[in-house]
Amino acid sequence: MRTDGKVLGVHVGRPALRDPAWLRSILIGLALGFLALFVVLPLVTVFAQALRHGLIAYFDALAEPDAVSAIHLTLLVAGIAVPINLVFGVTAAWAISKFEFTGKSLLITLIDLPFSVSPVISGMVYVLLFGLHGWFGPWLREHDLQVVFALPGLVLATMFVTFPFVARELIPLMQEQGIEEEEAAVSLGASGWQIFWRVTLPNIRWGLLYGTLLCNARAMGEFGAVSVVSGHIRGLTNTMPLHVEILYNEYNFVGAFAVASLLALLALVTLVAKSMVEWKWGDSLGHSRY
Amino acid sequence: MRGWQRFVALAVVTAGLGGAVMSKAAAADVTLLNVSYDPTRELYVAINKAFAAKWRAVTGDTVRINQSHGGSGKQARGVIDGLEADVVTLALSYDIDAIADSGLIAHDWQNRLPEHSTPFTSTIVFLVRAGNPKHIHDWNDLIQPGIQVVTPNPKTSGGARWNYLAAWGYALSAYNGDQAAARDFVGKLYQNVPVLDSGARGATVTFTQRAIGDVLLAWENDAFLARQQLGTDLEIVYPTISILAEPPVSVVDAVVDRHNTRKVAEEYLKFLYSPEAQTIAAENFHRPRLAEVAAKYKDRFPDLKLFTIDQVFGGWTAAQKTHFADGGVFDQIFRPHR
Amino acid sequence: MVMPDHNIYAGLTVAVAAGRLGRGWLGGALARVHQAWSGTKAGEQGGMIIRYSVLPGFGLTLGLTLSWLGLIVLLPLAGLVIHAADLGWSGFLAEVGTARVLAAFRISLTTALAAALINLVFGLLVAWVLVRYRFVGQKLVDALVDLPFALPTAVAGIALSALYSANGWIGSILVPLGINVAFTPLGIVVALTFIGLPFVVRTVEPVLQELPPEEEEAAISLGASRLQTFLRVILPALTPALLTGFALAFARGLGEYGSVIFIAGNMPEISEIVPLLIIIKLEQFDYHGATAIGTLMLLLSFVLLLLINLLQAWMRARHAH
Repeated sequence: MRTDGKVLGVHVGRPALRDPAWLRSILIGLALGFLALFVVLPLVTVFAQALRHGLIAYFDALAEPDAVSAIHLTLLVAGIAVPINLVFGVTAAWAISKFEFTGKSLLITLIDLPFSVSPVISGMVYVLLFGLHGWFGPWLREHDLQVVFALPGLVLATMFVTFPFVARELIPLMQEQGIEEEEAAVSLGASGWQIFWRVTLPNIRWGLLYGTLLCNARAMGEFGAVSVVSGHIRGLTNTMPLHVEILYNEYNFVGAFAVASLLALLALVTLVAKSMVEWKWGDSLGHSRY
Repeated sequence: MRGWQRFVALAVVTAGLGGAVMSKAAAADVTLLNVSYDPTRELYVAINKAFAAKWRAVTGDTVRINQSHGGSGKQARGVIDGLEADVVTLALSYDIDAIADSGLIAHDWQNRLPEHSTPFTSTIVFLVRAGNPKHIHDWNDLIQPGIQVVTPNPKTSGGARWNYLAAWGYALSAYNGDQAAARDFVGKLYQNVPVLDSGARGATVTFTQRAIGDVLLAWENDAFLARQQLGTDLEIVYPTISILAEPPVSVVDAVVDRHNTRKVAEEYLKFLYSPEAQTIAAENFHRPRLAEVAAKYKDRFPDLKLFTIDQVFGGWTAAQKTHFADGGVFDQIFRPHR
Repeated sequence: MVMPDHNIYAGLTVAVAAGRLGRGWLGGALARVHQAWSGTKAGEQGGMIIRYSVLPGFGLTLGLTLSWLGLIVLLPLAGLVIHAADLGWSGFLAEVGTARVLAAFRISLTTALAAALINLVFGLLVAWVLVRYRFVGQKLVDALVDLPFALPTAVAGIALSALYSANGWIGSILVPLGINVAFTPLGIVVALTFIGLPFVVRTVEPVLQELPPEEEEAAISLGASRLQTFLRVILPALTPALLTGFALAFARGLGEYGSVIFIAGNMPEISEIVPLLIIIKLEQFDYHGATAIGTLMLLLSFVLLLLINLLQAWMRARHAH
């Protein structure tokens, strides 16, 4: 986000704008206290609870077959939903940023909609569509296809929830970059695909990576939406967040927090990767023109 | 940019694969799905293992039984919406009736197996803190001021409905069948409830792990399990009278006929009545129906006066309608406080 | 305004900031909203050209976008609304007009509002500290702000309920003081504060970053105190970003489910949030009730999104002059 050596702001070096030391300490203390209370402590709790009975119990909990299959399922669901949303995000960003058309702002709002819709609703709508009594339920049953309470339902709900993530990252980036480079490529006779692969993609790759990372983190961690469409079949349709809930309800707290800690690790890896992208390639993320 | 192209290609292939996996390659072995309620996880893990061994010995086939657990109402909702359960083993017959109403199960399901299709029973007991510091011995102790009672939400939890009806039945017997007095009693009891979890397991976690409340109303089997798994600083208290909880079982006709699993599903449910399964049930703190097994585990399950829902409430349909429907008695007596 | 040319400057600042924001996914929403409502004004800074493009792929990409959007988002949501429409107006109003539903909406709205307000204050504080001061571990702190985006909500839920219950690290301090957080509405506020924490920080941070220091220096040299400078120069320039971050945090908190159910207590009319009530209705086989409440929620989300957009348009109009 803040990049190109400006991480600490242009104001730091200005004596007139320097707050007195006591104020600085109080504000920094307050901010750090707030973050410690609301962010660090919950994170530490997850690991503390997971390791409460030692490393052996921790790894035993993770090696348990249902936990392993939950991990597999989560990877599979994210492995399908994220690439599809990635392709969608790129096409949507291309259409929106490279062309002018009416209704654009409405389109953007609609793309944003899943972000503010409650996850519970995101799951429920698919039950209403594909459940046995839904619009397509009887047809699906006739053809022996299972959507809700099976992998496709989990993928659909996950896709819905993570729908805007890549697009919302790319659209402003591509708008900011403009279209001169692509136009130059057109005048040199390049085809659409060539332009995309050779010109656009190199410009947006870090933004794309960044959006994909967040999309992936959310896809793997989604709870509310998949809970409605999962069916909770052990070893078959339980994703990791759902498995956390199940273990929790089985009084297996070490197991629940162990699986939770894997998800927390994933979150941390996401943050580290995201920060690396920002720090190392911040320039190509935002094309610092100002 | 070759890498990117390959990446996209890979993604498409993955998506395709996902589709292929989903259309369910017909396995050579039989797979059943048992959709059950919360406190039976451990029970069915053991029973499924025993049944699979028996089935292999008798027929030579391998049967794998998948399990799904959750609040009874939630599970029934799943089956109605298309969760492909071959058998359902839920907390109360009302939930299976709801599935029957949607057309997936024949309406006479409860007459198809012995004992109203309930192979084992349970009851509602109290779980208190070590030493029973608040001296809770019977239902009337629960309505004392300052006592915190933990029980889940009867609108969503089957176990919670049994809790509620057990309290109501106690009050009826204590006040000579006076319904108004019973209503008053249960109303007072729910005044003492600080948290309404949505399921029985959630309530147990709240009581044991979050140190909320003085007494937990729980399934007998869950109370035993909680004490076994969560430490010894908990005591089980038997009230003088409680309800005979009868969690029923049924095959889901529409599903077994489509899956061609009717035979094995029916055998599975019949197996629940066998001495072997009844013993497993008793070991998991469910009260066995079979007299010989019950006699063997006599010491485990203290005798107490038990009434049935049919005797006191005229069956589940009537009880549901009177007490738990929107605007029913529970909604009327449950007054939010604080 | 302290400075005569402040308005022009602020307008420019917002435009610059909008582009700058494009670097964060969250800021992206803000910047894009700017662009959407103002044609390409913000884009001009980056050299965008206002005319039909010679680039290929318009039909393909827009077609794909629309059909995919229709299939994954609009069709299912339409299904929800149509299902609820079965009820008719009077039926719909009867479903959502019950005391319990109204109470759930009241609880969801007030807790989300309270959490968004907390985040408004502390989000500004954190952004201020991150932008204006240097301290050890600053980059780490900066990265940590995003944790609530990346941490699954269910994990947050069990962690928070373990922390704030009577025997948890924080609960064991608060409960003896008579402050119950877990299983009360306060617990919901805590969970929603966690969920919404990054929004205000991430929308305010870049704007604060781009704030021209000369203006503040001028204010100070004219004899304004630090507080006056903050209130008259800095705060007005930050208002659009603050409001946007606030609205985003509020919208997110309104629909949140996973982290709340573990810590809320879920008592009807006390600590039962709307998403939970939808689930409860589903579990009672009451599909019409669930879809009616869901439709109202959906409407609320859409209105909030539009509001966020309008907010930006209004702010821009105010500053552009």
